[in-house]
Amino acid sequence: MSKTRVRRGAGLALLLSFALLAAPALAHEQQGQAAGFVTGLLHPVSGPDHVLAMVAVGMWGAQLGAPAIWLLPVSFPLAMAFGGFLGLVGVPLPGVEIGIAVSAILLGSMVAAQARPPLWAAAVVVGLFAVFHGHAHGTELPAGQSGLLYSIGFVVATGCLHATGIAIGLLHRWPWGQATLRLAGATIGVAGLFFLWRVV
Amino acid sequence: MRSGRLASLAGAALLLWSASAQAHLASTGLGPVYDGISHFFLSLDDLLPVLAMALLAGLNGPVGARRALFVLPAAWFVGGLAGFYGGAAGLAAGVTALPLLVLGTLVAADRKLAWFVVALLACALGLWNGWFNGAAIAVAGREAIALVGMGGAVFVLMALTSALVLSLRSPWARISVRVAGSWIAATGLLMLGWSLSGRA
Repeated sequence: MSKTRVRRGAGLALLLSFALLAAPALAHEQQGQAAGFVTGLLHPVSGPDHVLAMVAVGMWGAQLGAPAIWLLPVSFPLAMAFGGFLGLVGVPLPGVEIGIAVSAILLGSMVAAQARPPLWAAAVVVGLFAVFHGHAHGTELPAGQSGLLYSIGFVVATGCLHATGIAIGLLHRWPWGQATLRLAGATIGVAGLFFLWRVV
Repeated sequence: MRSGRLASLAGAALLLWSASAQAHLASTGLGPVYDGISHFFLSLDDLLPVLAMALLAGLNGPVGARRALFVLPAAWFVGGLAGFYGGAAGLAAGVTALPLLVLGTLVAADRKLAWFVVALLACALGLWNGWFNGAAIAVAGREAIALVGMGGAVFVLMALTSALVLSLRSPWARISVRVAGSWIAATGLLMLGWSLSGRA
């Protein structure tokens, strides 16, 4: 047996021994961390109204192309967090559920119609509805869980929904994809009408 | 051949010698420097602002990033010592929110900053978070040497992340960094709301 193989065998044995000797990492430094993150992550995907509106934002951004395709996902989380901030400090926002339902109707209609308003108008529409979504969903932290981890989970899940919408919206480059997107937008609009009917 | 057997026997002996698992850092005896390192990497309150600072430094080019790389850990250490000898950890409510909000917004905006502004922001963040960490260490009755571990961990995260951002050439990669900045700012805004509402 060569010296190299002997050294390799001895090294492997030592490594294995050290691995077995190692103590695990500190497991419970703070309470409620993991639960807070998972709750925040699951909260946006638990409501179909929120899911459809977020996906529609991504789809519309993809239809509009640059710079809307990245400007909307950059500005939406901030506007949404502003809505959550208003809710947390106790500023009332009348008709929140109606606003969320209308957001699905309007955003779905924009996708269905392949609407191309000026960039500032698209940003205002998306930003306004983001405030409603943030106000409704950003404040629902269960007792005993971490606010920071809940917030991170909530923002990450919303961003992932946007990314999903953008990925779907990339179908726009093919003619059949454009028709599919318009159909999907119309479906979201109809779902928004259903949400509105349920609220009213 | 004989050496190989000896090595295997030594390995087997070490395997029999393995200690029982320990779940808590206090019983591992790693010492205050490692406590500081592990505290930093396990505390998102500290980790996230440094990540935001590293993203901002990377976006603003190598000159500012190099300054920030050395200024941030040094300021963290100085602020930590000041907090250790004269701070009050009870003032910490909501302090994590402000750096997240400011740095995240700057990353999302992607405006070119002068190198001294980047260094100044790094200095302010280091003094701010270092001070509260130092005060908390004093209140917990731990050793100030933990600040050395924290400073080292800050340096490593700052160096790796800002270097990664500096190396990005694709416009889409830069936009991804901006989206991450908007997520961090949104988290900061929500955290500010939690803090003001007393529910964080």
